[in-house]
Amino acid sequence: MFADGTLVRVLDHTIFGHCRTPLYLKGKVGEVVSLTGAWRNPETLAYHKPGLPLRRLYRVRFRQADLWDGYPNAGDTLEADLYEHWLAPAERAATGDLS
Amino acid sequence: MMSSHDHDDHDHDHDHDHGDHDHHDHVHPHAAIEDHDTVTEFHLLEQAMRELLIEAGVFSAADIQRQIERQEMRTPAMGARIVAKAWTDPGFRAELLSNPKPAITALGIDVANTPALQVLENRDGVHHVVVCTLCSCYPRMILGIPPAWYKSREYRARVVREPRVVLEEFGVSLPDSTEIRVVDSTADLRYLVIPERPAGTEHLDEEALAAIVSRDSMIGTGLLAGAA
Amino acid sequence: MTVTDPVAGDPTRRQHDLGGLELGPIDRHEHPRTLFEMRVDAMLMLLTHPGCGAFKVDAMRRAVENYSRLDYEQLPYYQRWLKAIRQLLVEQGVLTDEAIEERLALIRTRLESGGQ
Repeated sequence: MFADGTLVRVLDHTIFGHCRTPLYLKGKVGEVVSLTGAWRNPETLAYHKPGLPLRRLYRVRFRQADLWDGYPNAGDTLEADLYEHWLAPAERAATGDLS
Repeated sequence: MMSSHDHDDHDHDHDHDHGDHDHHDHVHPHAAIEDHDTVTEFHLLEQAMRELLIEAGVFSAADIQRQIERQEMRTPAMGARIVAKAWTDPGFRAELLSNPKPAITALGIDVANTPALQVLENRDGVHHVVVCTLCSCYPRMILGIPPAWYKSREYRARVVREPRVVLEEFGVSLPDSTEIRVVDSTADLRYLVIPERPAGTEHLDEEALAAIVSRDSMIGTGLLAGAA
Repeated sequence: MTVTDPVAGDPTRRQHDLGGLELGPIDRHEHPRTLFEMRVDAMLMLLTHPGCGAFKVDAMRRAVENYSRLDYEQLPYYQRWLKAIRQLLVEQGVLTDEAIEERLALIRTRLESGGQ
């Protein structure tokens, strides 16, 4: 369970089935904006399974500068809805670099 | 809260289907039904499947017709009404931001059995742009069917990585001081953007305001005249 | 990395997972929907409606994601959907391929003899 404002890292896994975590976010660190609810898991719904247990879905905000090398506007951001099993706690070092 | 129903678009890409019309936001059902489409294998397949499903009792011909008509009634004009009301009615705006579906239903728009909706306001120096990089999820219940470009590989690939360049291509120029926030619809939530109300519209009533709200401004790829 | 080969550069990238690829100009041409498109759309909405529940939208996405590169990139949008609907209805035992092929043959015969 991640509180709003928590820093999270998107897991850098590859799964063989249906996946709703985009490649461009894997391994990146962002901040939880909100918990949007608990939902059936699309990864198994896609194979006619019930998608249970429900999984928590978080809206996570990223700095564009952290996603793309050389992104020119420091203030721009990106948000995506990511399932809890794709997120782990992360930390930002004193320099502002992400770990 | 579970959502396993309504859908919206699932997938991607270009629509190579024929039709070389100028831009239309709106299809007139009668005009389309009189179309004589080129008969292709896929048209035959659709007919075969539809006949078999009707015979199997999965749905009726009337169900199909009703669904077509219902979908045709969903156009950006619905979204524009919601935007205009949000601009003029602070109570409605607050409801829309915290719990949109009941507020929208109270306007007479039926959003039962549709995916969860979240409303994003462009204000306080933040400009939202919505995309679905993985397929083509879109707030169909409010805006109708998405345009082909929204479903295109090019939009889905580029708007997350170079939103300012893409926005320029759409004729949208924003200062560096604006935070551009791209929202990727990766799960079951659909997003509607409330654009900034343009300056000089203080004298307009709700109906007149709704008339100036473009579809693209509710996706984030359009600005309304007078803004910025 | 060529435009038509999204997997190049990262072998784990699936063909539908497009965020960040350096693709070309966005074609903003729009056309009114055809009757075919409206019918396919309506069929999908009815089949995925909770009252029917033949399959979930997630299964549709999965089916399309697994298409050959050729089909994924070249089949028009609604044709991709129709193909996926067919696959899922057969997966779920709602229809059989044999029944579909039989009906197709019948429809072609009707057309040839001037009917529909």
